[in-house]
Amino acid sequence: MSTLTAPPSEARGARALAKRLSLHLDTLPTAAAVTIFIGMIVYGEAAYGRIVQFNTLSNLLINNAHLIILAVGLTFVILTGGIDLSVGAVIAFSSVAGVMLMNAGWDPWLAMGLMVLIGTAFGAASGVLIQYFHVQPFIATLAMMFLGRGLASILSTVPERLADDSPVRELGTQIKLYDGPKVNDVAITPGVIIAAVVVAAAFFVLHRTRTGRTVYAIGGSEQSAALMGLPVPATKMWVYIISGTLAGLAAVVYTARLGSAQNITGIGWELDAIAATVIGGTLLTGGAGFVLGSVVGALVLGLMNVLITRDGGIPPEATTIITGGILLVFVLLQRAVLARRRE
Amino acid sequence: MSANAHRPAEALKGLVRRQYFWGIVAIALLLLVNLIKDPGYLAFSIGSSGNLVGNVIDILRAAAPIILIAVGMCLVVATGGIDLSVGSVMVVAGAVSMEFLSGAPDTVGSGLAAIGLVIAVSAALGAVNGVLVSVVGLQPFISTLVIMLAGRGLAKVITGGQNTAATNESFRWIANGYVLGLPVVFLLALLLALAMGFLVRRSALGLMLEAIGMDAKAARLAGVNRRALLFTVYILGGVLAGFAGVFATASVMTVDVSRTGYQLELDAILAVVIGGTSLAGGKFNITGAVVGAILIATLDKTVVFLGVSSSATPAFKAVVIVVLCLLQSERVRRAFRQRRAATARPAEREAVAA
Repeated sequence: MSTLTAPPSEARGARALAKRLSLHLDTLPTAAAVTIFIGMIVYGEAAYGRIVQFNTLSNLLINNAHLIILAVGLTFVILTGGIDLSVGAVIAFSSVAGVMLMNAGWDPWLAMGLMVLIGTAFGAASGVLIQYFHVQPFIATLAMMFLGRGLASILSTVPERLADDSPVRELGTQIKLYDGPKVNDVAITPGVIIAAVVVAAAFFVLHRTRTGRTVYAIGGSEQSAALMGLPVPATKMWVYIISGTLAGLAAVVYTARLGSAQNITGIGWELDAIAATVIGGTLLTGGAGFVLGSVVGALVLGLMNVLITRDGGIPPEATTIITGGILLVFVLLQRAVLARRRE
Repeated sequence: MSANAHRPAEALKGLVRRQYFWGIVAIALLLLVNLIKDPGYLAFSIGSSGNLVGNVIDILRAAAPIILIAVGMCLVVATGGIDLSVGSVMVVAGAVSMEFLSGAPDTVGSGLAAIGLVIAVSAALGAVNGVLVSVVGLQPFISTLVIMLAGRGLAKVITGGQNTAATNESFRWIANGYVLGLPVVFLLALLLALAMGFLVRRSALGLMLEAIGMDAKAARLAGVNRRALLFTVYILGGVLAGFAGVFATASVMTVDVSRTGYQLELDAILAVVIGGTSLAGGKFNITGAVVGAILIATLDKTVVFLGVSSSATPAFKAVVIVVLCLLQSERVRRAFRQRRAATARPAEREAVAA
């Protein structure tokens, strides 16, 4: 990270600029993500129109609130050099279980709390496997992914609809902040507010607390972090618990918006969340990255979906191919940057 | 220590070491359960055209695709990697072959051409994984995860989102035909597994793969061509998964883009782990993987036979994977060792006193 002091003098012109750039080399992917996001907006506006307007941009936030929450959770995990492949399946199990409980007469708020706690439980299970039994992160979370998907399928294989008068739906109702002409309003949902709070809290934890610095230190070198006396085992447990809990929270937000849950919800979302995190500039090997970058990454993916829908020429099935392609390109970019820095 | 004082215990330990022995025990137990439900479960009969017909034959037939992906996964896992894309390679292979055959004449030639096409496409997908892992140096699970999720999208793009069906008798024969009274699929799968086993165990190839899995750097210093080997292993895994896709689609001559091969990477990983291959890499056992695959097929059939909802099996399999991972972990092994040492200690003391 660029905690080093700024170059001594700005006056040296090109050389100083080059040095500054090389110092900030690890922000390059994030900068690239921001550039791509702006580029996509400009291209979309030019090619299809009606992109830079209040309701499109509000909808971008509303429709991707769950992805932002997931990406924040994965940022923690990936920063430590781990991975969490279970988030999509956790959402499936948590949302199906939650909706079924509510339909069975449970208090909706209690059920929502349980949905979040289901995520916490999955995260804790992965964390124990990884930290105390030294199972590789991707194996442990892969097992949790199959477990979550399997449990969701046991519960139900058809869409479970939320009752129309359920207070959960309120989390997905739009609140107009600014009443524009026709439908061109600035609107948010409580889901978006939740996502914003999550992002702010994650930013604070990662950049302003000891826990956050330990997360970065583990990603840099777990051994060194342990030798420095940092609480490595506890922190590693925490990142998986955070990731699981946020997956549970994302399940609440998504279910509230959609009004139904199904066992196939969230297939491939682990890829989306990993892609958002990596696009946002977090190193897949850990140790460097920004939580705000992950938000940009999530928005890039969301905007991509909007553009694909607007274009109409690309089959929606191709979305995962494109997401995968983008992820690979960014991983290659990271490799190049790392190789450059080592020189 | 008190090694020769406990002959029977020592023999038992040897059996425990051979982990796939427990796989065979589990298969026997499952068959026993079925036998209790229906005393005629294991019965064979000679079908109309001189073929063996029976539940066991069904199990062998269902085991064929799992055997193939398990063998491929086994080699990949030996290098310390993982291939999450096998299920998606299967569906792409199925989509390619069905899409090709639906427009081709019903001849042996077009059946063979479809298989050639499948080999080419699945080798290409395996090569993508291979390049990303060996040349780019990406973590295996990321590159294969991308293929796993993008592959299903690719299959949908190939068939236009449809579940394409086709007719080709020679292609269908692969899945439904019989040689010497046994299903062709099983014989083919066994043959391929044997060929793979011979290839890696009768040459230094297997050792080299294990060397990479144990310590990539040491392997390189010892002169193992890590890059080329990894590349080959992922291509092999891809081609085997492609064949598995042919097996899975040829029996019904339809590719189901959202269900063919779905979550079969779970079966492959489970088969490999049951067979005693460590997911940490560095050792593998192809015989074990084959036993594991047959066990999974037996389990699937048993669940259906007993009338248990088959939606519960993935969760159950995931739990088994977690348990096996725990058994492989150092902490649990140490706990077991300590307990064994604690029970052995009194005997030792007696020996010293004597």
